[in-house]
Amino acid sequence: MVFSFDLLINAVVSGILIGGFYAAVTSGVSLSFGILDIVNIAHPAFIILGSYISYIANATLGVDPILAAIVMMPVFYVLGAGIYQVYYVSFEKRGQESLRGLAFFFGLLFITEVTLVLYFGVDYRYVEARYIGPSWHFAMLDIPLRILVPFLVSLILTAGLQIFLTRSFLGRAVMAVAQDQLALRLMAVDPIKIKRIAFGISIATASLAGAFLIIIQPVEPSVGREYIGRIFAICVLGGMGSLPGTVIAAMLLGIVESLTSTFYGPSWAPAVSFGFLLLTLAVRPAGLLGR
Amino acid sequence: MIAAARSNAISAEPSDGAPAFLEIENLGKRFGGFVALENITLSVPPGERLGLIGPNGSGKSTLVNCICGTLRNEQGTVQFGGQRLDGLQAHQRTHLGLARSFQLPRPFVSLTLADNIRIPLIYTVATRSGSRHATHEIEERCAALLRQVGLGDKARRLPRDLTQVEMRKLELARAMAAEPKLLIADEAMAGLTHLEIEDILSLLIRLNEQGVTIILIEHIMSAVMSFSRRLVVLVSGRKIADGTPDDVMRDPEVERAYLGQ
Amino acid sequence: MRTPVFLLIWLVVSAAVFAAAIGLGNDYIFFAGYVVLQYVVLGTAWNILGGYCGYVNFGSAAFFALGAYSTVTIYRLIAENEFYQMPIPVLMLIGGIVSGIVGFGMGYLTLRLRGAFFAIATLALAVVLQTLVVNWDYVGGSRGAYIIRPEQIEPIGNYIRYLFLIMMLLAVAAITIARLIEHSRLGYGFASIRDDELAAEASGVPTLRLKLIATTISGALMGMAGAPFPYYIGYLQPSSTFGLDYAVNSIAMPLIGGTTSWVGPLIGALLLGSLQQIATVTISSAVNLLIVGFLLVIFVVVAPNGIIGLIHTYLQRKPVDFVGRRRVEAEMPGQVP
Repeated sequence: MVFSFDLLINAVVSGILIGGFYAAVTSGVSLSFGILDIVNIAHPAFIILGSYISYIANATLGVDPILAAIVMMPVFYVLGAGIYQVYYVSFEKRGQESLRGLAFFFGLLFITEVTLVLYFGVDYRYVEARYIGPSWHFAMLDIPLRILVPFLVSLILTAGLQIFLTRSFLGRAVMAVAQDQLALRLMAVDPIKIKRIAFGISIATASLAGAFLIIIQPVEPSVGREYIGRIFAICVLGGMGSLPGTVIAAMLLGIVESLTSTFYGPSWAPAVSFGFLLLTLAVRPAGLLGR
Repeated sequence: MIAAARSNAISAEPSDGAPAFLEIENLGKRFGGFVALENITLSVPPGERLGLIGPNGSGKSTLVNCICGTLRNEQGTVQFGGQRLDGLQAHQRTHLGLARSFQLPRPFVSLTLADNIRIPLIYTVATRSGSRHATHEIEERCAALLRQVGLGDKARRLPRDLTQVEMRKLELARAMAAEPKLLIADEAMAGLTHLEIEDILSLLIRLNEQGVTIILIEHIMSAVMSFSRRLVVLVSGRKIADGTPDDVMRDPEVERAYLGQ
Repeated sequence: MRTPVFLLIWLVVSAAVFAAAIGLGNDYIFFAGYVVLQYVVLGTAWNILGGYCGYVNFGSAAFFALGAYSTVTIYRLIAENEFYQMPIPVLMLIGGIVSGIVGFGMGYLTLRLRGAFFAIATLALAVVLQTLVVNWDYVGGSRGAYIIRPEQIEPIGNYIRYLFLIMMLLAVAAITIARLIEHSRLGYGFASIRDDELAAEASGVPTLRLKLIATTISGALMGMAGAPFPYYIGYLQPSSTFGLDYAVNSIAMPLIGGTTSWVGPLIGALLLGSLQQIATVTISSAVNLLIVGFLLVIFVVVAPNGIIGLIHTYLQRKPVDFVGRRRVEAEMPGQVP
């Protein structure tokens, strides 16, 4: 373990930047799990799907991956809405969501992942863009642009989502649906429709998150699995549905992972996020900025 | 009504000697910033017929949950039969003799009614007596209990086939199956007809005559008034009255806070 | 039917199956059959916690791998002694004990968590365990571990037949244990926890204790299934041993077969396991998981009570008491808050 201030600073900054990306990745789950109480363990699979779609657009049409993802967001939204409808009719209505709902999403995770493997194989895929490659040098900081750009767009995404949830009628209805369905009905708002919209938005964010992912690192279908732990760790630590909490938790996780990776080696990295998760669940299930 | 029965209630101690004395001192419970219960002090002597009333949201069910161990109270103590209940899990309190029915019935949905009753018989009664009860004894008690609440012919049905009213009776029967020294009936009569209310009340009175202390939580004032020998009023998490039903009803603060609504 | 009779019947069936398999002359049946039987054990073990108690464990792979790696550790410890190979049944016992202890520990840490959190916690534990093993060089770390499998064992002959036989006996043990639980007071307790844990507690059921019993038994059985695995596969790799593939199979098989009784995981494992073996040989091994994923989703949406449920519906059975040996799993429209 070689300790140098340079290394430390870069690790921390890197952690913060990755953390921003993690926050975008988790924002969808903050919505579906944190607010709607739906354990969508397949969320990482949709992110990977987003990555591959960005890859196709980039490889065949030369389109910027982020742009491609934004264009695809409505499609992902429809997918999400459809999935929620099936979930609601099959499980929520029947009160079976704890076992069978979970298994449902688990199945979707595998279907998505294996379909990608069958179609694309297990080779790593990557995208090309002007900001992938060059780094930004500032004093002792060495910031690759391929991490900086997703970081910035992530912040925009997360901020946008937060504004939507707190300022718009639809957004506030989403927040309310978790707490008081009866009140919503009395206001002539169909809670099921609200949940469907929210879940659709949740999956739509996966499209963008997928683009970020493939910009930051090469992707192959099973990469999603590492993210299951990260996402749920951040969601729980961040207070289950609090977007500001998610951002803070994400950056915390990013920094700890980065430091562990730099000073102890990358093979310990998976244990960090999952270890975080266990710690949070054991100590403070309400998270940092608990609900 | 059954007003006459009220004065005839026998205050008896359960046969095995230990007094079913519930002592709550300074109980407090918060949910985050919201104070659900504050400074609740209450003594329930054995054999009492206590009515607990209060507006919706006043903390009645929260109090029950704290007494029975479903929730942990941050402040104050609960003692039962001279024993402090701090740190005891809900099932341990049930073994000690505390039983409750849930306000919204929570039957075991994949088990028949008979099986629903068997659970407390196996896990409380048989465990308490130390010896493993012979199967036929459990069967007898199970059948008897179901008959008592009028569900004898539905023993092999599933809870989903029951009406709301029958579900409440099952809920009560299940609490009774634990052979409690103190039974808390949480709104067991909501939605029942006059006749059904009388049925349940006479059931509870019979139970009381056998020595079971009963705390009745109800909104149906006629039932509460006829059944209770003592009344406690809860408003916004605080106890604002505690006395005989007549005294409590005449208390101006009670009138203002509760009856006036 | 009393348990000894049940056990006897299945032992006779096993003997018959074994004889038939030898009669077929092709040793491949033993290789494929071993995997199917392994899944019978894993599925049955998972169902004890998942189907009976309602707690979804995503970490099946971890317990399975613990059994496998405890075998590797012992193998390394006595590797220099060429004359002594610890017999597989003993290894199984050790694997079972190790996994059982970890199961107990995991339960103790996580069982106070609400359903969904428990499931996620089990996943987290599995990954943490995997990372620990990958970084532990004594058992080979990420490079993996080799085990030399003996060629023959008297009087059975080819070693793989021996492994097949052992796994079959373990499978019989697993379904016997599951059935024993179902018909005991423990089974009642488990069912009450699954249906409504709060009400179970209020009725005097010591829920934490029962849940710990379930996780321990479940973990131990999975560990026992994993113990002979290094001998079967010859080369143990952490990435695949700890893979989510085991998790999805051990969840899918009971859900497809039916979670209410020991029959479900058995049917699920036999059907799904055989299907996967056929698919691996005829198409590719990746398609395996696609099949599992699809069947899982379809069954969970369309036939939530599994194959058992479908049979019950088809035969229009009336619900009978638990004690009468048949329970129909009800679908309660949001009754329980």
